[in-house]
Amino acid sequence: MFKILKYSFYDLIRSRWSYVYFLFYLVLGFVLLFLNNDVSKAVITLMNIIIVLVPLIGTIFGVMYYYNSKEFTELLLAQPVKRSSIFLGQYLGVAGSLTLSLVLGLGIPFVLYGLLRSSAIFDFSLLLVTGAFLTLIFTALSFNIALSNENKIKGFGYAVLLWLFLAVVYDGIFLMSLILFKEYPLDNFSLIVTMFNPIDLSRTLILLKLDISALLGYTGAVFKQFFGTSQGFIISLLMLILWTVVPIWRMLYISKKKDF
Amino acid sequence: MATEVLLAKTITICKDCPIKTLSEGIETAAEYDTLRVKKGTYKEYNILVDKPLTIIGENFPVIDGEDKGEIIRIVSDQVTLDGLFLINVGTSYTTDYAAIRVVKSEYFDIRNIVLEKLFFGIYLEKSNNGRVYHNKIIGDAVDEYNSGNGIQLWYCKNVVVERNIIQHVRDGIYLEFSDNISIKDNTSTDNLRYGLHFMFSNDDIYTNNTFENNGAGVAVMFSKRIKMLGNTFRKNWGTAAFGMLLKEINDAEIIGNTFEENTIGINIEGSNRIMYKNNSFIQNGWAIKILGACYTNTFTLNNFLYNSFDISYNSKLNDNVFNKNYWSSYTGYDLDKNGMGDVPYRPVKLFSYIVNKTPETIVLLRSLFMDVIDFSEKVSPVFTPDNLLDSSPLMKQIP
Repeated sequence: MFKILKYSFYDLIRSRWSYVYFLFYLVLGFVLLFLNNDVSKAVITLMNIIIVLVPLIGTIFGVMYYYNSKEFTELLLAQPVKRSSIFLGQYLGVAGSLTLSLVLGLGIPFVLYGLLRSSAIFDFSLLLVTGAFLTLIFTALSFNIALSNENKIKGFGYAVLLWLFLAVVYDGIFLMSLILFKEYPLDNFSLIVTMFNPIDLSRTLILLKLDISALLGYTGAVFKQFFGTSQGFIISLLMLILWTVVPIWRMLYISKKKDF
Repeated sequence: MATEVLLAKTITICKDCPIKTLSEGIETAAEYDTLRVKKGTYKEYNILVDKPLTIIGENFPVIDGEDKGEIIRIVSDQVTLDGLFLINVGTSYTTDYAAIRVVKSEYFDIRNIVLEKLFFGIYLEKSNNGRVYHNKIIGDAVDEYNSGNGIQLWYCKNVVVERNIIQHVRDGIYLEFSDNISIKDNTSTDNLRYGLHFMFSNDDIYTNNTFENNGAGVAVMFSKRIKMLGNTFRKNWGTAAFGMLLKEINDAEIIGNTFEENTIGINIEGSNRIMYKNNSFIQNGWAIKILGACYTNTFTLNNFLYNSFDISYNSKLNDNVFNKNYWSSYTGYDLDKNGMGDVPYRPVKLFSYIVNKTPETIVLLRSLFMDVIDFSEKVSPVFTPDNLLDSSPLMKQIP
């Protein structure tokens, strides 16, 4: 597995796309800090970008990599190597290189602009951790889609749809249902619905740091318990881990059964 | 009278002196005498100061009320209390026992007093022209119904309340029917209800006070011509908690204050002709929440920095003026380089309107979908008043 991981990782690290992705974040970080000159404000802007862009790039990159390296995968499958290590290796190679680009690309400008001396360091690290999680989750989801669809166009279509659904449509439906059923107690419902979308989940994690004063303004014991104590943080983090583990497990499960 | 002042003697009170208690000392003293209380513990309550005296404690002598009732009552003009340590004021559900109560007196000076385990702290009743200076009031209030206020003024005029530290009581400072009061450099923290509470008090001024982590912040109600300058309101979190609540306040000036990390920075109800200037609103849930019937208020040269919502407004009618503020979430440009953005800023988001209607939607804060509908509302306002905008938002933060 590690050999394949190493191969995929180095293959990607040397590829142009990783550099482009890395440079994109590098430039973004510098521009944000140059325009704002204020680390805490840049962190807020960055959050908006991370929860939208990271899933999109994770999905597209995952699907693209899978379809592109299909022939090589088939070659590997003919060798006496375990299937799980082939796919896990490839997956970790993609997700790892994307995460590295993200962390380095954003980390370098922020460290240069005096993040270490700023109070925003915890918010920023949390942002990077959620970014890493989102990369892992969405790459795994895209591998799932690619494994289930032989047709490239279909695969890409589903991947983009998945992103669109989780990033925008889900919240729209969520909002409409909250407004429609506002006569009913909705605290538990709204928290549970948040848990079923990794993007909302990461958003909640960041909100806990940035907007805690607004969140505590809401009446309701459930919210108070969730946001007011460390419970919310722990549950959200556990759910993110679950969101990472389940798609990876399913990916391995399908790959074992699949007839190539 | 002049000779009396010159002849004033000093009486020393201590455990081994001829005069062993404060009450005894007051009884033997003549007008304008000075009583020196030496270090020690004096178990006394209901001490009545009925003549002009100066009572000075040396090294903070303890006067222990043993939870039996009021400790000191001042009913004479020109009384000075200095350097005493009063503890164990009785708690009652029918009488407001206070550590120090001043009744219908003038020119009092209460300074350097430490109060602990109290019900009411310093209670001024129909007393004018006095000073409450540099006292430390530390309560242990748990429930609102059986706790009292730190400093309470009732029907007082021209009183200065300065450099006091008040913690863990019901209301830090409470003013009712008191005019021309100056409240300066006090620190009121961790109180059960309000750090400062105004009712029916006019022409008061409060400057450079710090109010932090109080149950509900500071409430200013039913008062006219109040000046609030350079105060700091921090960390008032929770449902119905705010940095400052303004209710039925007219013609006030709110200048140079800092509101930081409150659930609501300022909650405004039925308040008119108020000038908000040079204030900073930093990381509040709602910087300003306006709830109906607020007219001709002016907001100018304020900093709105990283609040979850800048302004929440629940009516469609607006004649309040927002001008030349700095908004951290402003995204416009300044092509003519005059320091003001060329596109007006709309501080009321559609989302804040939605949250007002359905509070649970707060979990969707900062979601992409919300940004999209906020943007469409910004382009063509439907739910928010279309003239509520800052037509010349500043490009740079006001230092």
